[in-house]
Amino acid sequence: MTSEPAIEARGLTKSYGEVSVLRGVDLSVARGSVFALLGPNGAGKTTTVRILATLTAPDAGRARVAGFDVVAERHQVRRAISLTGQYAAVDENQTGEENLRMMGRLTRLGRAEARRRAQELLERFDLAGAGRRTVGTYSGGMRRRLDLAAGLVGRPEVIFLDEPTTGLDPRSRQAMWEVVKGLVGDGVTVFPTTQYLEEADQLADRIAVVDGGRVVAEGTSAQLKERVAGQRLELVLGGPDAFEETARRLGARLVRSDADRLTLGVATDGSAAQIRALLDELDPGRRAVDRFTVRGATLDDVFLALTGHATTHDKETSGV
Amino acid sequence: MSDAIVLTGRAIRLSRRNLDAVITAMLLPVMLMLVFVYFFGGAINTGTEYVTYVVPGVMLLCAGFGSANTAVTVSNDMTGGIIDRFRSLDIGGTAIVAGHVAASVLRNAVATAIVFGVAFLIGFRPDADPLQWSAVAGVLLLFILAISWLSACFGLIARSPEAAGGFTFLMMFLPYPSSAFVPIGTMPGWLHGFAENQPVTPVIETLRALLLDQPVGDSAWRALVWCGGILAVAIACSGALFRRRTV
Repeated sequence: MTSEPAIEARGLTKSYGEVSVLRGVDLSVARGSVFALLGPNGAGKTTTVRILATLTAPDAGRARVAGFDVVAERHQVRRAISLTGQYAAVDENQTGEENLRMMGRLTRLGRAEARRRAQELLERFDLAGAGRRTVGTYSGGMRRRLDLAAGLVGRPEVIFLDEPTTGLDPRSRQAMWEVVKGLVGDGVTVFPTTQYLEEADQLADRIAVVDGGRVVAEGTSAQLKERVAGQRLELVLGGPDAFEETARRLGARLVRSDADRLTLGVATDGSAAQIRALLDELDPGRRAVDRFTVRGATLDDVFLALTGHATTHDKETSGV
Repeated sequence: MSDAIVLTGRAIRLSRRNLDAVITAMLLPVMLMLVFVYFFGGAINTGTEYVTYVVPGVMLLCAGFGSANTAVTVSNDMTGGIIDRFRSLDIGGTAIVAGHVAASVLRNAVATAIVFGVAFLIGFRPDADPLQWSAVAGVLLLFILAISWLSACFGLIARSPEAAGGFTFLMMFLPYPSSAFVPIGTMPGWLHGFAENQPVTPVIETLRALLLDQPVGDSAWRALVWCGGILAVAIACSGALFRRRTV
């Protein structure tokens, strides 16, 4: 039993009316690991999480979470998981402590045990000083931490985190990352979704990239980065002729092109040797390229490299 | 069952911290009672002191209006993130609705008692004995329970808490075409059929008869059938609506 993956999905599909949100998602997540689902808005991340967390039934395909089928054995699945969604699932008009104690009672803890667990989690998530204040007075970061704590009250085996840092400022995001990393020590499986490559990189052992309702790539952060080279060299050309000439030389390697601003992008590992070689190759006369910058690869670059097209910012299909 | 108790405690805490809604639910019936007794009462001939006639109607308005707020509290849960958390904890829709309904019954029992208090201050003098008082409390509680659960159904249908709030309007106006404020005989003929047979009328007639120590007649069982029927239908509907809403 212990060798069975924490999460296993085969061919999950889901449509809402005419809109096909998932077109066959396959996943396998080892117990005790952090597995991130990376993708843009509308890629199907939230729908995947909702299916795995038993909140939505798939149209086709099967999934097992913590050893149980998410449709036929959803009650057993629910006892083994927790879901922290994009929208804070805590009561604004209850205090942090009341929220946690309520979750404790709802996960069948006794009154005294629920109180102890609430205190323990408030301290662990740096909320001890705010425990007696109503959540309405909390900052965005505090609210997310409380939300996450509320999901942990029942000591779940598998923790789903749907975009845990969306809308947080950089400092709160950093703090949230530390908290999520800390969860792994407990031997649980953590399944975060994110739109940010950096976040998936920071948190996850393995990453699945989703686009258009399918998993388009899966691997460790290092494996994925090899495929996208990690950096982008952006060239600003001297004029329209130079722009077209250089674009022709780049051919299929071109990852970004902006004719108005005369800029072209090409993937690179960021090393001086490679950039020097690229410049020599693309601009042998040393007149075409005016300036250049090296940027970290964005999710757009990853997508371009993996799917051959830019990210599609579809209508948000979550929460249907 | 234990989930419902925990969620009732939650709903009561949330009500306590949303005092404006509770105060509105109390203030409006009190104001209406004052308006009817002091402004209109002199012109309305009901055969008794008008305050005596109108108090059962005001009690009902208070209970119905306050109970209708359950639609808003249920809708708040259904449209927020918390419903996913409850569902992922395997908490059923009935426990969630029951928590809101139980808090509503408690809230409105207190509100109704306060409105009774104001009625006494302005000269309401019922003739009920303790047994009749218990019957009054029982009928009011059953009415509050039925309307609260019915409101919860509207909360499960509504797409936003604002839309759910529309149900309070229905419950505010339903007592007017009944015997709550004026005798039905003074209304136009085409309205009699509705006014005499709508659920509010037998409940008011029962309360009035009990409070004034008059014969209750068949209004008592009609009130019980209406309230029991509404409650049964609402419980069944809320289960189905919750499942439909959360597929």
